[in-house]
Amino acid sequence: MAERRSPDVAVAPTWLDRVRARPRLRTALTAALPVGWVIATLLLPYLLLLVQSFWRLRDGAITHELTLDNYRRLFGTGLYPRTILYSAGVAARVTIASLLLAYPLAYLLAFGGGRHKQLLYMAVIIPLWVSYLVRAYAWKIILGRQGILNGVLMATGLTHRPLDAFLYSTTAVVLALTHIYTPFALMPIYAVLESIPRALREASQDCYASRWQTFTHVTLPLSLPGVLAGATFAFVLSMGDFIAPQLLGGNDSALMVSNLVWSLFGVAYNWPLGAAVSVVMLVLTLAILWVAGRLEARWNLTGARVSAPASTA
Amino acid sequence: MTVARLELRGLSKRFGSFAAVDDLSLTVAPGEFLTLLGASGSGKTTTLRLIAGFDQPTAGAILIDGVDAARQPAFKRPINTVFQQYALFPHLTVRDNVAYGLRMRRVPTGEIADRVARALALVRMQDFATRAPRQLSGGQQQRVALARALVNEPRVLLLDEPLGALDLKLRREMQLELTALNKQLGITFIYVTHDQEEALTMSDRIALMRGGRIEQLGTPRDLYERPSSRYVAGFVGDTTLLAATVVATGDAATLVVAGVSVLAPPPVAPAEPLRAGESVWLSLRPEAVTLDIGAAADAPDAAPSVGINALTGTVREVVYAGPIVKVSVDIAGGVTADGPVLVAVHQPAALPVPALGTPARVTWPVSRAVIVRG
Repeated sequence: MAERRSPDVAVAPTWLDRVRARPRLRTALTAALPVGWVIATLLLPYLLLLVQSFWRLRDGAITHELTLDNYRRLFGTGLYPRTILYSAGVAARVTIASLLLAYPLAYLLAFGGGRHKQLLYMAVIIPLWVSYLVRAYAWKIILGRQGILNGVLMATGLTHRPLDAFLYSTTAVVLALTHIYTPFALMPIYAVLESIPRALREASQDCYASRWQTFTHVTLPLSLPGVLAGATFAFVLSMGDFIAPQLLGGNDSALMVSNLVWSLFGVAYNWPLGAAVSVVMLVLTLAILWVAGRLEARWNLTGARVSAPASTA
Repeated sequence: MTVARLELRGLSKRFGSFAAVDDLSLTVAPGEFLTLLGASGSGKTTTLRLIAGFDQPTAGAILIDGVDAARQPAFKRPINTVFQQYALFPHLTVRDNVAYGLRMRRVPTGEIADRVARALALVRMQDFATRAPRQLSGGQQQRVALARALVNEPRVLLLDEPLGALDLKLRREMQLELTALNKQLGITFIYVTHDQEEALTMSDRIALMRGGRIEQLGTPRDLYERPSSRYVAGFVGDTTLLAATVVATGDAATLVVAGVSVLAPPPVAPAEPLRAGESVWLSLRPEAVTLDIGAAADAPDAAPSVGINALTGTVREVVYAGPIVKVSVDIAGGVTADGPVLVAVHQPAALPVPALGTPARVTWPVSRAVIVRG
């Protein structure tokens, strides 16, 4: 209706008033910045990566011709599948070691601890504030030729010469990655253990289950979603790691798939192939997260929120 | 049947300087339905947890048929518990929940199947054996929790506010079922609740707890009709507590309430005999009080007849509650009390509902008032 405004509402609405009056527009504007940020820094680069992986490298120059050559080479050469498998093997060992360390610690934090609970929790969290590089270098200091381990071995007379066997090995990489990613495995396990009602463990004891039986029949099954989330964290993060293998793996055979990507984008200047390897890794990772997310949803009976990254995949 | 006599002897549980349970002694007869009644923080749940073995007593003994179980871990006691929020294992089916205790004790598989089937039939849940707990309603979960405890044929069954989460109608049903099961199975029941009405309807005896101690132990009738203290009179059922001064003692004590002389039976088995001049409280149940309003209240022949006490005042509040109408009367003469005198007027005998401020007279038979201290 074309209606004349009455004098007492003569103040013209500003553009801000107009926005306020439209809730959907308001929501859209509020979300614009974060959504834009994700698109610009995450989705767009992934899209570029995907496109890049189909371009051809001719005479050392990237040409904008579409080809499947990169993927053919990736799966045709033994190097890439072998490295992916090797990386998965390292990640699997890191995962198992992290879980074996994290579960008892999380259990202690959740059910034992008492007045030392805060202290114990800080002991787990503080290493996360220390730079990754410092933690990785620390292992160099421990395992190196002049390192602490060799020092102890020689001081106790177990060996007479410093051993080179510790550093620059797969074991060193697994050790360092386990150290770095155990807190990530611990936190979801701790969260799920905390969410198990005390009455359930009491009900188990009430029904004649010993402490061990209570653990195997109630606590462990109910904590599986947390274990799975922790395992996913440890596996995915260590599989994609390239710094620890670089620093502690040493020789070429101990390099992981991310090291290959690193060199393909670097010295080798084969961006299309590097992009193809990255795309394969991305698909593998998303597949793992998806499967883990589905399993967690099925197993999650205590209502704990343990699967921050996995369930969104 | 394996029925146990349970005895608590000098049981205490201290947290620092706070005594949650304070030197508590209690004997429960085999097959008895005993209720631990009390407000929150009275120590009733802690007492139950001590009997179950979830907490360790600071001092005292828990004798089951004369054998002290106080130092045994929970899983070795011949006792089972029905938890407040049922605490069914969410990852197990109804059948596996019920079978849990038998499996842990390595009962032969064939026997387990039989006993589980019988326990589920007992609580009428046999058709739900393969369901997960989360697929059941609160009442159904409650029955499964009961079956999970009863299948073990415990000597004592502990129930920790098991009906608290159910709606009123279901709660009434379950109250009847629980008392029936107690009589049918002959298992000793120890029942924790803060609901005095529930305690009155279900129990053989009630232990009313306060500050980690038993304030009064007796049948529901004892607690309701012969409360031993002002606290008990106020906690169990509705009551009016009138401040009174003892004038004379004897077969019937003479007291003064708001300047009016009234008679009351002396307390049964008091710790100390009543003294003249002592300040006490007169507990008056609403259903014992009769209400006269308007002209009847002012009538010159309104003087009480023999064996009847009377006070006058004005109507302060009228609450319609279905079968009865609850009327509150302010007593003239500045009586000290917890509140106005409560009168329950039964509908069939209903007077016209009195208007607020109407002069009123309340009367009650001498025998229906109780003198309490505290």
